[in-house]
Amino acid sequence: MVEVAGETAVVNGVPGPAYDEPPIIEVRDLSIAYRGKPALSDVTLDIHRHEIFGIIGPANSGKTSFLRALNRMDAFNTAMEVSGSIRINGKNINDWRNEYALRSRIGVVFPLPVGLPLTVYENVAFSPRLRGIRKRAELDEVVERCLTRAALWDEVKDRLDSLGSLLSGGQQQRLTIARALSQEPELLLLDEFSIAVDPVTTMRIEDVLKELRSELTIVLVTNLVQQARRLADRTAFFLMGELVEIGATEDLFEGDVKDKRTTGYIEGRFG
Amino acid sequence: MAWYVDRAARVLVFVGGISAIVFIIGIFVFITKEGLDFVLGPLSLGEFFTSIAWRPTSNNPTYGALALIVGTASVTGFAMLFSVPLSLGAALFIAEFATGKTRETLKILVEMLAAIPSVVWGFVGMSIMNPLIIQIFDVPLGLGVLNAGLILGLMAAPIMTTIAEDALKAVPDTYREAAEALGATRWEVIVKVVIPASRNGLLAAVLLGVGRGFGETMAVLMASGHAINLPTSVFDSVRALTATIASELGDTVTGGAHWGSLFTLGILLFVVTFLINLTADIVVRGIRKK
Repeated sequence: MVEVAGETAVVNGVPGPAYDEPPIIEVRDLSIAYRGKPALSDVTLDIHRHEIFGIIGPANSGKTSFLRALNRMDAFNTAMEVSGSIRINGKNINDWRNEYALRSRIGVVFPLPVGLPLTVYENVAFSPRLRGIRKRAELDEVVERCLTRAALWDEVKDRLDSLGSLLSGGQQQRLTIARALSQEPELLLLDEFSIAVDPVTTMRIEDVLKELRSELTIVLVTNLVQQARRLADRTAFFLMGELVEIGATEDLFEGDVKDKRTTGYIEGRFG
Repeated sequence: MAWYVDRAARVLVFVGGISAIVFIIGIFVFITKEGLDFVLGPLSLGEFFTSIAWRPTSNNPTYGALALIVGTASVTGFAMLFSVPLSLGAALFIAEFATGKTRETLKILVEMLAAIPSVVWGFVGMSIMNPLIIQIFDVPLGLGVLNAGLILGLMAAPIMTTIAEDALKAVPDTYREAAEALGATRWEVIVKVVIPASRNGLLAAVLLGVGRGFGETMAVLMASGHAINLPTSVFDSVRALTATIASELGDTVTGGAHWGSLFTLGILLFVVTFLINLTADIVVRGIRKK
């Protein structure tokens, strides 16, 4: 359970978010539009190292757009216009020489598992190979470590050479998490990862995320408010492209809110 | 009412589907029947496959088809040599890099290329390529493997480009996004994800191109020089199987040995095309199973 005491938190004895250090992500006046149609406006927030930062809100509230902007996936979609600034580790993401180097340090898990048309092994070895790791032994080690951390190793260790797409939905989603971890990211972005995953697997993945928190920073976009409650240290509530409020998750769920709409959404009165 | 429509539609689709098979079998039976008398009679298989003496109208006729087989193979092979990379490159550009107006314009242009009649291509080969080849390479004649191969390659390119582009476009964008999110560059995404994912379609595109080249008649007849000859360089004239049938069939006596020999060439073409398609099918299935 998460205990939020003022500005610091301790989770199961693991040191909590580093609120006293400079934030890993600084977002200032971020606005996103698609062909002039606004999707998100004037978002300003900080995300701290070793924090699980939850983002909740109904569909079309700009949650996914926010994640895509962090990863500069807007370069992929010509219709997406981004203004404002995002700094990661103090450096504006638009100052990166190429977006590929930036993306290689950020792991992304999409709502529906996207198994690349490769074997289980090659899915996880994809990013290490891009980084230039060629030695089989080294790759073997990375693949086993990442699959183990994603709680998938025991289930797939005998079928590493079969296609990733032949795994079950829950296994595929854990495979994409293993793949994201193989990037050795400092930042993990999860976009409604549990949409296509059964409840038991969801809980297993949630346990994995809690452990990962000691090593990296996680931004968790979720359509399940209770998932935010279980995982997130702080939670932001997005509504129709507006950042309504940010607060310690427990405060928001206890009703300690600045805006009544937050409680309304959390209690399921709309959304 | 809906029941009747459903029934009618089913019957219609069934007839459509079955007719393709009926026609193929019908063509095979017809060609074989016309060629059979010759195959069982005057044909010597040894001569047919090893001799280059194709003299069906001589007083002492011989039917050596080797030069014709080599002619077709060399022209098709040469065409594919430059046409396959060209087409795949064009398809990659249209599918992966071009956007908006550029993309649409290119697609329309490629489709227009595919609609040019083969006799026009043959005309281009004779009246434009021929003098160009003579001038550039300083050879006495520009009608040969080079000319016919280039023309054939350009003819096959649009269909290969279109099919290959469809195959590339069929790769879901989520694959591209996932690979890009892992830090792969556009080129890495294409080489490591998009091409492997679309290889069946790309293979189909290439084989359709081969089939197109193999079966093309008029342009090859006009651009190849139509001389019975085993080529030793790309400037040598050759004669293709298809061109031989087209140019000689009108002068034969129906049911005669010459007539039968041309149908035997037809059987050969049919069998080879069938084998190419069968191989493609097996390869594609093999890939799918893996």
